[in-house]
Amino acid sequence: MNTTSVNAGKLYGFRLPQLDSGLVGSAIRLVALPLVGILAFLLLWSVTAQNIDTSLGKFPGPAAVLEQFDALYSEHQRSREKEQAFYERQEERNAKRVAEDPSYEPRIRAYTGKETFIDQIVTSLVTVMSGFLLAVVIAVPLGIATGLSKTLNSAVNPIVQIFKPVSPLAWLPLVTMVVSALYTTPDPIVAKSFLNSMITVTLCCLWPMVINTAVGVAGIDSDLVNVSKVLRLPALRHVQKIVLPASVPMIFTGMRLSLGVAWMVLIAAEMLAQNPGLGKFVWDEFQNGSSDSLARIMAAVLVIGFIGFLLDRGMLAMQKLVSWDNSAAQ
Amino acid sequence: MSVLLDISHIDMEFPTPKGPFTALRDVDLKIQQGEFVSLIGHSGCGKSTVLNVVAGLYQATRGGVILNGKEVTEPGPERAVVFQNHSLLPWLTAYENVELAVKQVFGKSKSKAEMRQWIEHNLELVHMSHAMNKRPGEISGGMKQRVGIARALAMQPKVLLMDEPFGALDALTRAHMQDSLMEIQAELNNTVIMITHDVDEAVLLSDRIVMMTNGPAATIGEILSVELERPRHRLELADNPLYNQYRAKVLKFLHERHSKPDVPVKKSAQSKPDMEKAGADHAQKEMVEDAA
Repeated sequence: MNTTSVNAGKLYGFRLPQLDSGLVGSAIRLVALPLVGILAFLLLWSVTAQNIDTSLGKFPGPAAVLEQFDALYSEHQRSREKEQAFYERQEERNAKRVAEDPSYEPRIRAYTGKETFIDQIVTSLVTVMSGFLLAVVIAVPLGIATGLSKTLNSAVNPIVQIFKPVSPLAWLPLVTMVVSALYTTPDPIVAKSFLNSMITVTLCCLWPMVINTAVGVAGIDSDLVNVSKVLRLPALRHVQKIVLPASVPMIFTGMRLSLGVAWMVLIAAEMLAQNPGLGKFVWDEFQNGSSDSLARIMAAVLVIGFIGFLLDRGMLAMQKLVSWDNSAAQ
Repeated sequence: MSVLLDISHIDMEFPTPKGPFTALRDVDLKIQQGEFVSLIGHSGCGKSTVLNVVAGLYQATRGGVILNGKEVTEPGPERAVVFQNHSLLPWLTAYENVELAVKQVFGKSKSKAEMRQWIEHNLELVHMSHAMNKRPGEISGGMKQRVGIARALAMQPKVLLMDEPFGALDALTRAHMQDSLMEIQAELNNTVIMITHDVDEAVLLSDRIVMMTNGPAATIGEILSVELERPRHRLELADNPLYNQYRAKVLKFLHERHSKPDVPVKKSAQSKPDMEKAGADHAQKEMVEDAA
């Protein structure tokens, strides 16, 4: 009791002035202060940008980037119009040929235009989510099993500990080779490049999720385990009723960590392997080297950051939804 | 009355790096149907170990526990446990916590409607009907313990095992809970084994008080039969000479054992494998000393 109150007093002494009174205070804290921060950042950015000369012209300021956002969006719309026109032309031509010769079987060729910025965003998002979900499917059962069994844990732990610190990018060449060796169907459902990126994401998510799940499961209050024993819950029901809910906060902490890292790693992997996605967009623009390139890369950087933020918030919201212990979700 | 539970010459040893540590030696106790027995003794003397052996959570090294003519080899709902810190599943409501137990025990023999009724009945018994749909985090410590008791009662156990059920509660709530427990016991005639540190609680509730010597190699020191009329009322008992005699006897036992331990405590015995909560023990010990 004594120590806590002393600590609290100490903490209080170091606390910054807080605006914690009333509606006005919270409005200032939630809206005004973030706005001030953003404005200050924009100001600093535009002032600094003007003073940096690169071989591709001046470093882009906020205005240039905003302009590129607009350009990227209209490019996307133009590309969509082109695509539609392409398919319409094909249909017209096919209809004509069928009219001339009824035995002709119409074929539709896919549009092969360059992916737009928006397409790349969608590709990256789909890739990160599929890799992440694959990791969840593998890691959560594995983590539960290792958390429940000390024997299994002793066997699996060294492997996890060794692979955990490996940058998933180191796996990338191996993944690429293995995928092209094993994935040889003549009519692929998904592209090889997609598989490469996805598996890299999975490898990156796997370890923190296994570890967090196992720690969560192993750390269940022994009294709760005793309750289960007294009730003679069968193994599966024990997992379903006690183990899983008890470790949900830890499992989700692992998921949030992994998803954050996965998003960063994916962009790097796409740059490195030239796999479709935001990373490729950044790399292509860099190679392109036009006077707009830097502004377009900066636009991509902002989008990457914003999406990463949204992914984290999404996981947090989900954690709060399914978790009984909201103190873990912060 | 017939013997329901026979705790037969139990020894309990725990392996430690420095060789086996003997927690219990030759604990022998026969309990009859409908009897309320408390185990009292100093911290670390192995009271919880006895309870855990009866519950089936520990296996005795020698000797065994026989319930209704059958040996206890594993935990089971016929020996329901009320844990010291309630042990409710925090993600379930009070109703769902009891439901988990009822479904497990009566899932095959009762219909859905009957189960619902039975759950509600048990929550009513502990006066928790009003908070059925609250989660443990939303109710007070006393209320949580009530739900814990309701969950145990709902299993219709042959023996109800209570590990310092009221140890973590404040004095007022504790008194309230003791009264409730007496009421329930009078109604259902449960067989109960309760661990306690609290002398008043032991005398008030028990038919017999089993006083344990200090560990290691703890065993039963004395057994005191409490022959006070039921129903018992704490206020009337305060002036009852017999009640005060019983109280004095237990206090004397505890005090003597405390100042002159039977066996000198060895270094290896310092690590108590016993699952008692240190904080609660400390507070309780102070209380016993104050009373003495």
